[in-house]
Amino acid sequence: MSTMYEVLPGPEHFLPPAAASMGIRLPDPGQAHIHGKIVNEDEAMEAAARQFLSAKVPTIFPGPLVLWAWNEKAAKKATAIRHLYETIKESVTPSQQAMLIPMPDYRPKYPKINPEIEINPNHPNLTIWHNKIDACMFVGVHCHQANLSLKIIRGGTYCYTIAMCAQAGHEDAMVSFRDATADKIMRLADWVKKLKGSVEPPKD
Amino acid sequence: MSKERIKIAAEMFEIMPSEYQDLVDRATYGKEGRGWKDIGTSKELIEEHSLCAGCPESMAFRYILASLPAPEDTVMVGSTGCTSLVFPHVGVHNIHSLFGNQNAIASGLKRALSVRFPGQVKDVVVLAGDGATVDIGLDMTLQAWFRQEKFTTICFDNELYANTGGQESGLMQKGFVAKMAPVGKTFEKVKLPEIARESGCHYVVNCTVSKPNLVEKVIKNAIHVAREIGPTYLQLYTPCILEIGKNSMEGLQEMRDSEKPTERFAYKEYVSDEAKELLTELAAKEKERKAAAKKQLAEKQLAGKA
Ligand SMILES: Cc1ncc(C[n+]2csc(CCOP(=O)(O)OP(=O)(O)O)c2C)c(N)n1
Ligand code: SF4
Ligand SMILES: [Mg+2]
Repeated sequence: MSTMYEVLPGPEHFLPPAAASMGIRLPDPGQAHIHGKIVNEDEAMEAAARQFLSAKVPTIFPGPLVLWAWNEKAAKKATAIRHLYETIKESVTPSQQAMLIPMPDYRPKYPKINPEIEINPNHPNLTIWHNKIDACMFVGVHCHQANLSLKIIRGGTYCYTIAMCAQAGHEDAMVSFRDATADKIMRLADWVKKLKGSVEPPKD
Repeated sequence: MSKERIKIAAEMFEIMPSEYQDLVDRATYGKEGRGWKDIGTSKELIEEHSLCAGCPESMAFRYILASLPAPEDTVMVGSTGCTSLVFPHVGVHNIHSLFGNQNAIASGLKRALSVRFPGQVKDVVVLAGDGATVDIGLDMTLQAWFRQEKFTTICFDNELYANTGGQESGLMQKGFVAKMAPVGKTFEKVKLPEIARESGCHYVVNCTVSKPNLVEKVIKNAIHVAREIGPTYLQLYTPCILEIGKNSMEGLQEMRDSEKPTERFAYKEYVSDEAKELLTELAAKEKERKAAAKKQLAEKQLAGKA
């Protein structure tokens, strides 16, 4: 491929291609990717922190793997996610609104979900549109459902997506980490704290 | 899955939608002797359903979910039809299978669970419409019974294909004219309960869902027999009020009319000798449990007064 495909905020179109089919590859351990380009993890940490600090509605979407206390590891991640959320909240200006919205499960709920308080992988765009979310991070969502959500969001919204993945990462996110642990999430919170005040807040 | 694992991470509790908080705090997972009487006093394992208003399938779902002996260790297998629109709202593990394949999927699932969790209770319960059970899936239904697969098959018999607008089904009555079957059925309602008995089912019941206590009893019996002995089959009349031209308040009466002694849903039961023995044993244990609970309560009240 002569020009490399870039995973960028949409709306791309109704059926955005799977980034993997466009030549985007997953990072190796210790790496991450930004827009599909492989980078070292710290570079991606900084990029993700900047996105949180410059968004009007920076949001974390925790999924079932961290919402439910399956084991000690899951409970630790939940604590770290809460810490990251509180850190973002403390680090943004009053005109920005940090949110923490769960994806409790993957069932296609009828007649529809309540987009104010939850997100569903079958129509994640509803929650993004309703809350005007312009940057988000998925964590603790099973791979298939995360891929589905990331593609729908890229297809139908302008939201910037970040994946904090516990496995090998997500081609379909704009920034993707891999091998997520509670420590890694805490490190991201440290980056947010470090960059606080040095990132231009959004203009209305 | 053990009940202890159904716990929300402490830091996430307040952001969870209330139905999940309720499932953890007020549902009856793990409760001994759970049953239909929990409806209204605890969190049910079914959310708002997407069936037509007043559809008897919704009552049937509520009674069945309230009566499962171990919902946290149960996997339900569904098939396409009106029931499949309800499963996304259900707080029990479930698998949607390709139309008609439900008993094949359940066979593999039950065997896999026995290998993966030896010595642990893992109930598999198929719940599908009559089209799925008796027509398109008849092969899978019968083969599972021939092979003595240890799970329960429940058929919601509404005597036609409701979800696709009213086509003829094997369980439809002779002469019935449906919206998409204008000629009228030319042969008799298939006698699946009798076929189930001859095919090796150890517990078979044909009834309506008009009485919650009866539904509770047959569900518990069918699941316990399947757990210990072999296949069981329940054929429950859940009339499609939409297709037979009834309004939403008339489903219950329709069931009552159809369960009279001379009617096609008069209570009919077949229990194998092995199953009879087991059910007698279980009934004795249940009696003991209730007596002990009663005694304990009386002692507690007495202690409270003193
Ligand atoms: C393999 C396959 N064949 C056909 C269909 C179409 N189909 C969907 S629902 C349905 C009828 C369902 O009837 P029944 O099992 O009686 O359930 P009900 O809707 O009456 O509850 C059919 C034929 C399908 N979804 N899949
Ligand atoms: S079409 Fe019939 S069976 Fe299906 S939900 Fe409506 S009333 Fe119930
Ligand atoms: Mg039917």
